[in-house]
Amino acid sequence: MWFFIARRVLYAVPILLGASLVVFVLMKMVPGDAADVLIPPEAPKEVAAMIRARFGLDQPLHIQYLRWLQAMASGDFGVSIFTNQPVAEELFGALANTLKLALPAVFLGVSLGVLFGALAAYYHGTWLDKLFSAFAITGVSLPHYWVGMVLVAIFAVVLNVLPGQGMGPEGFPSTWEQIKHLILPVVTLSLIPMGVVSRLVRANVLEIRSMEFVSALAAKGLTGRRVLLHIMKNAAPSALALMGLQFGYLLAGSILVETVFNWPGSGSLMNLAIFRRDIPVLSATILVLAAIFVAINIAVDVLQALIDPRMRR
Amino acid sequence: MSLQDTIAIRPVAEALRRARAGKSYWARVRERLLSDPATVTVTALLLVIVVMALAAPLIATYDPSAASVFARLKSPGYPGHWLGTDEVGRDLWSRMLYGGRLTLLCGVAPVAGALVIGGSLGLAAGYRGGLVNSVIMRSMDVLYAFPSILLAIAICGMLGSGLGNTILALTVTFIPPIVRISETITTQVRSFEFVEAARASGATAVSVIRFHILNNVLGPILVYATSLISICIILAAGLSFLGLGVTPPDAEWGLMLNNLRQAIWANPLVAALPGVMIFATSMCFNLMSDGLRSAMDVRL
Repeated sequence: MWFFIARRVLYAVPILLGASLVVFVLMKMVPGDAADVLIPPEAPKEVAAMIRARFGLDQPLHIQYLRWLQAMASGDFGVSIFTNQPVAEELFGALANTLKLALPAVFLGVSLGVLFGALAAYYHGTWLDKLFSAFAITGVSLPHYWVGMVLVAIFAVVLNVLPGQGMGPEGFPSTWEQIKHLILPVVTLSLIPMGVVSRLVRANVLEIRSMEFVSALAAKGLTGRRVLLHIMKNAAPSALALMGLQFGYLLAGSILVETVFNWPGSGSLMNLAIFRRDIPVLSATILVLAAIFVAINIAVDVLQALIDPRMRR
Repeated sequence: MSLQDTIAIRPVAEALRRARAGKSYWARVRERLLSDPATVTVTALLLVIVVMALAAPLIATYDPSAASVFARLKSPGYPGHWLGTDEVGRDLWSRMLYGGRLTLLCGVAPVAGALVIGGSLGLAAGYRGGLVNSVIMRSMDVLYAFPSILLAIAICGMLGSGLGNTILALTVTFIPPIVRISETITTQVRSFEFVEAARASGATAVSVIRFHILNNVLGPILVYATSLISICIILAAGLSFLGLGVTPPDAEWGLMLNNLRQAIWANPLVAALPGVMIFATSMCFNLMSDGLRSAMDVRL
């Protein structure tokens, strides 16, 4: 088991290195230099060369990459061009805010998805199956940023019961004042996991239901619901794996919902960085989100191997 | 040839003709597709949307960039603008038509490009195996380290907005899943006995791929690509929503949604309209993909 974990973690290292190379290449492809922002246009060539040398921009590319990688690995994410603050503080604060959205959204989305998928498969062939499948396909085809706008229109503009923007007071959400800001964004974000998980669980349960051990259980005399419990135990590993992956997607893909609801999370930070061409913030955010996604993938693989011994290759 | 011989040949020729008249795979697929009412409806709807988008210069009532200060944010049913106007007074019907062109282009072109590039890479990796396979699949694993929307945003964010960059970013985003699928299927098919027989009989790699592997790979990949198109449309509209995709004053459904976002406090109905089209188109592609999957009898 530990061998499996060690192998997975070791395998992730070249992947992360490759990802950092992709981010670095993208950084270098940005039109204009990082120093172009600081050098006044009428400066003489020697001054420009001196500023470049100070930031290490006259070094060959692979040296620049290695120095940047070393800084990233030691936690020095650089300084934002715009605010002159260290990127790390801003980034981790914003990530905490995004977590406040992503965690409830993934739990809501996956629970509803498992419920709908299991019910759809249980009542396979009836109108309930068609109804739940319609929910699932709608969840996958809806542009969730549009649903956010529609929810704001209904609940904030027309009915005026929930706030349509912002995060409210800081801190762990425990008061109604904080929670009411959470409701609409979390519901919006949970749509995609619900759709994806629902389809997968339905397909899985249908497949398991056709296996021989299910007929054996029914022949033994187990009622419908007890058999469903056995089926769900078999479907659990892939559902859990999908939950982890969806959490990773939500963490990175929350940028659209955060834009609609003006939520100060990592997505808004990226949006602002793109708008202001703040390359250090942008590249650090992308690399950290990719690293988190890789870590989630490893955790999901290990979890699957723990639950289902057949997965331990 | 005497009369006797001709009469003797006829039953054999008859049997041969009947055997050849048995339906081919694609004929059966077409039969199954046409007999499924849901898929036929959805495909017809999609065709209507595509034809309307292509015929935009003929059926649009106004120039999509003609703004008017007096007719801003009018609801549907306003005289002269049957779908209403947007926040600077441009006719919404014309903008939806022209926007459909760009949205459909940004939805279909990247998947088509990824299909060609990713499909070839996956075929090469699956057929060759060994070092080529490892190199290609590990590079795809590196791209898999990014969630798809993050990769698209990263490329567009660094290279700048615009139609070309958007299509490039989305193509790169969709190459890894297609490579993975085509490599899996190619590896499976390559181990079948008829491929071995073909190679033993002296067929070159190209003809083996063309006659045996491509036929088996095309079905699942086509089904997967149609479901990817629905995601691509939402992603392309999302990129424009963030200001990273198509630039103003071009019309595109996601960009229209972004521009009308502030208008939601003034005229919620008009602000929600472009989203309905994105949803409808994406749903149609999704349902068409499901229909194709059951018609082609693909187990993905």
